[in-house]
Amino acid sequence: MARAVTNQRKAINTAFAWAIGLLIFFPILWTILTSFKTEAEAIASPPYFLFFDWTLENYAVVQERSNYARYLWNSIVIAGGSTLLGVIIAVPAAWSMAFVPSKRTKDILMWMLSTKMLPAVGVLYPIYLIFIKMGLLDTKIGLVVVLMLINLPIIVWMLYTYFREIPGEILEAARIDGATLREEILYVLTPMAIPGIASTILLNVILAWNEAFWTLNLTAAKAGPLTAFIASYSSPEGLFYAKLSAASTMAIAPILILGWFSQKQLVRGLTFGAVK
Amino acid sequence: MGRITLDQVTKSFGSVQVIPPLDLTIEDGEFTVFVGPSGCGKSTLLRLIAGLEDISSGQIRIDKQDATHVPPAKRGLAMVFQSYALYPHMSVRKNIAFPLKMAQMDQAEIDRRVNGAAEVLNLTDYLDRRPGQLSGGQRQRVAIGRAIVREPAAFLFDEPLSNLDAALRVGMRLEISELHKRLKTTMIYVTHDQVEAMTMADRIVVLQAGVIEQVGSPLELYREPRNLFVAGFIGSPRMNFIEGPEAAKYDAHTIGIRPEHIAVAEGDGAWSGVVGVAEHLGSDTFFHIHETGLAETITVRADGEVGFNHGDRITLSPRTDMIHRFDASGLRIA
Repeated sequence: MARAVTNQRKAINTAFAWAIGLLIFFPILWTILTSFKTEAEAIASPPYFLFFDWTLENYAVVQERSNYARYLWNSIVIAGGSTLLGVIIAVPAAWSMAFVPSKRTKDILMWMLSTKMLPAVGVLYPIYLIFIKMGLLDTKIGLVVVLMLINLPIIVWMLYTYFREIPGEILEAARIDGATLREEILYVLTPMAIPGIASTILLNVILAWNEAFWTLNLTAAKAGPLTAFIASYSSPEGLFYAKLSAASTMAIAPILILGWFSQKQLVRGLTFGAVK
Repeated sequence: MGRITLDQVTKSFGSVQVIPPLDLTIEDGEFTVFVGPSGCGKSTLLRLIAGLEDISSGQIRIDKQDATHVPPAKRGLAMVFQSYALYPHMSVRKNIAFPLKMAQMDQAEIDRRVNGAAEVLNLTDYLDRRPGQLSGGQRQRVAIGRAIVREPAAFLFDEPLSNLDAALRVGMRLEISELHKRLKTTMIYVTHDQVEAMTMADRIVVLQAGVIEQVGSPLELYREPRNLFVAGFIGSPRMNFIEGPEAAKYDAHTIGIRPEHIAVAEGDGAWSGVVGVAEHLGSDTFFHIHETGLAETITVRADGEVGFNHGDRITLSPRTDMIHRFDASGLRIA
């Protein structure tokens, strides 16, 4: 018997889903609201929800005190660069593992994933020393490389899963139809792989954008991305909740907008391999 | 022209030899079916001919040319896959045109051939759709269309009807047979379904564990199976096998008798038994008979509607001229 779902049940489920969604979104919403309050209103108890004097003063102060554009640019370069570099390395790797697997392919994949189980702080010291020696501290190129390496296992895994979904018979059909390797890649494989590659890029841009551990530890003033921009407002000497909120809102806005417009690809990216 | 010769061809995967040395010639214009249980090597053999797998030793010749090391595209063969293997991001038109585009044929000729194939296969109305918007039968037609536009020396079919439902399968079976009558091109067709083999083939190659058990026309295999395996595999329902004293009467280790060569009656008969299950199909009736003392179950096919049911005691009369005799090693005794 099919499960009967009454309208009432549906309504309850919908309300429940909304409640969970709001709960998850609430901190972001609160941050955005706080960014429009004065510092006094921001720490008022009981807190103001919507009825306060909306002001853009915090944004003006933040913009005046620090160079938002430079942090934004650093974030774009680091997130974009590390993802691009990662994809360039991961596409051939995932490709060969998906289409010409060897006996060790599964082991290699598991080994790569196992590096993600290591606490990042465990390798902070050696990496920090390497960075000093190579003069990479507080450089964008250094962060691009580190974030690429940190996310590479995820990129390879995602691409591997997408490539595995491309049936081998289609490639064989192309070979029989007379396509050369170049034509096979150009006309058959790439068009079929593009959605998967796009989802992978999107998810990894977000991961790299939000990465805080390495970006905070390996940068100072020059190469700091938006995570460093936010951190610079969490000052122990004073309460600047409203300004901190304004900085946070400015930092997350670009990625929030990007995520909003690419929800479909993101969901597919997050559930990769789970559904066909 | 499409005469395909396999000369001492073998195939090993690692240390496992899946095809021991094998010789086979497929004549030009012939419809040959490779049939056998799953894992018998029939698909591997087809893939060796296609060039999708490299042979481990031996030689493959297509029209007297050594094709052993010729890449798939240059062998002049077209293949239809079980999964259709259509390009999902291309329209039906582009799918069918793909091999011609790869051959750098001029656009006017491509259009002429694609439209011709679409007409033959009733796909004209669907040319601008994507494969995802088509039914299983239509997708398989597109796959066939993509094969015929190339005007290949031979068509290779790898279980092309397995993904279709029963009614559609019968229809497509006829369409492929008619296509063969019209094109008169060599076709090699792999299936595990002996009914497809019997109805479509000019010649059947029965395979088991990479070894050819018998090659012959459908009726040759039906009338004179060379061994127990072929006898049991060809024919539906399968042949009854009887060992022991009853077989000894015929100077054989095992005797085989097909269900359609046994008559059922009340009263006198050579054998007797009790009806276990009676399957009434209208056109035929199948009886599965127990307690015969000959074998666990004896299957009998009677024409039309015959009114015996579960538990009825009946007698069986085999047609003695239709009894197949096999020796202890399972080979046919002439």
